Amino acid sequence: MDWLYVLMPISGIEIFWPGLIILGLGVGIIGGFFGLGGAWMVTPGLNILGFPMAFAIGTDVAHMAGKSLISTMRHGKFGNVDYKLGLTMLIGTIVGVEIGAQMIMWLERLGKVDEVVRWLYVVLLIALAWMVFSDIAIRKRKEREAEQRGETLDKNATGIDWATKLHAIKIPPMVQFHAAGITCSAWLPITVSLATGWLAGILGIGGGLIRMPALVYLVGCPTHVAVGTDLFEVAISGLYGAASYTFKGRTELVAALIMLVGAAVGAQIGAVATKYIRGYGIRVAFGAAVIGCLCSVVLKLIQPYFPAYAGFINGVATVFVLAFVTIISVYIAVKMVNGAKAELAAKRQRQA
Amino acid sequence: MKLRMQKLWTWLTSLALALVVFMPTLAMAAKKKGANVVIVADTRELGDGIMAWWANLYNESHLYFAILTIIIIPVTGCIFGLLADVVMNHIGIDLKHREISE
Repeated sequence: MDWLYVLMPISGIEIFWPGLIILGLGVGIIGGFFGLGGAWMVTPGLNILGFPMAFAIGTDVAHMAGKSLISTMRHGKFGNVDYKLGLTMLIGTIVGVEIGAQMIMWLERLGKVDEVVRWLYVVLLIALAWMVFSDIAIRKRKEREAEQRGETLDKNATGIDWATKLHAIKIPPMVQFHAAGITCSAWLPITVSLATGWLAGILGIGGGLIRMPALVYLVGCPTHVAVGTDLFEVAISGLYGAASYTFKGRTELVAALIMLVGAAVGAQIGAVATKYIRGYGIRVAFGAAVIGCLCSVVLKLIQPYFPAYAGFINGVATVFVLAFVTIISVYIAVKMVNGAKAELAAKRQRQA
Repeated sequence: MKLRMQKLWTWLTSLALALVVFMPTLAMAAKKKGANVVIVADTRELGDGIMAWWANLYNESHLYFAILTIIIIPVTGCIFGLLADVVMNHIGIDLKHREISE
């Protein structure tokens, strides 16, 4: 069975390459569907396959850049990417990430900051989950109320609507973002991206998990456009991250390319699946993804409190993340296949 | 008011550009202070094929290694994306239209 293993030229370890393809496929599906980079899923997976941590992060970032580019191309064709909004937000993201990273270095000099940051991450994830699910509950309530009045709720109606209030703040220059269908002060996306970038910098994450809901709830993007635009940003920041890690010699390109084979297929499945699922379907699944991420972070956090069970908890955390990736990606793949089948059947019916 | 906003925008754009231009210099200056950990790729088991060439490139210059990686990743992504386009079109899925609905 030697042919199932490939020798990595830089780290000098032998890796089970089908594992890399499967991991790429799963994370590609999830990333293409939610607009996430998904580092919190890939890094433990690469670690299990035998990658040292230093190479796991660099390789993950490199593959993430390629995968997000594929998803962006697909979402772009659907009209889900607002490039103008993405580029506007990039200014705030770069500055915000840099401020966050500098702040962490400053806090590190003051004392033990690691644990504080991780707990901050937990609080943020709880807040995100609460926001997503209360939004879904409000929308359901609006649907029920409309039904009672004998009306149908507008298909673009949302539950939480903070964006309309933020759009009312008209500080020049006012900008129209065509793909997102919004007109607002340029300061709104810049401020939002500065804040999300700052949080990403402090937490040491890519930021897709925060930026996607921020685009929906604060900037006011439709869910599909938020996913596509976020992926555009992930692709650019991923390339920057890949350059940085590779320059430090921490990227295993061969592994990243093998993962890209799976991720290319996965990214297509995830991106095309958004076509067949309504915005709130994506939001429900996103809420589940946030809870999955929350569980994995909490499992990592409690390890120091139970040193005797640290190995066991670590194992549970890894199994949980991989099981979660499998369940969500199978769900999305099934939705995509069913949607495509229905579309093709309708097409054949029209032709007949 | 408009003139002031224009001035503010010019100032912010210059600041962002300066940040992008000077950040690598600052990063490099900061790097010198830290301990340099050098990882060397072991090329003995790689023979003389493309893998050996890649590992040698890594050992000789991280800069060229990084530049090539940054070119290869997006190019591969684009190739895979275009290939997937061909496959999806062959299946018959409409890849240009979707209905926005919340």
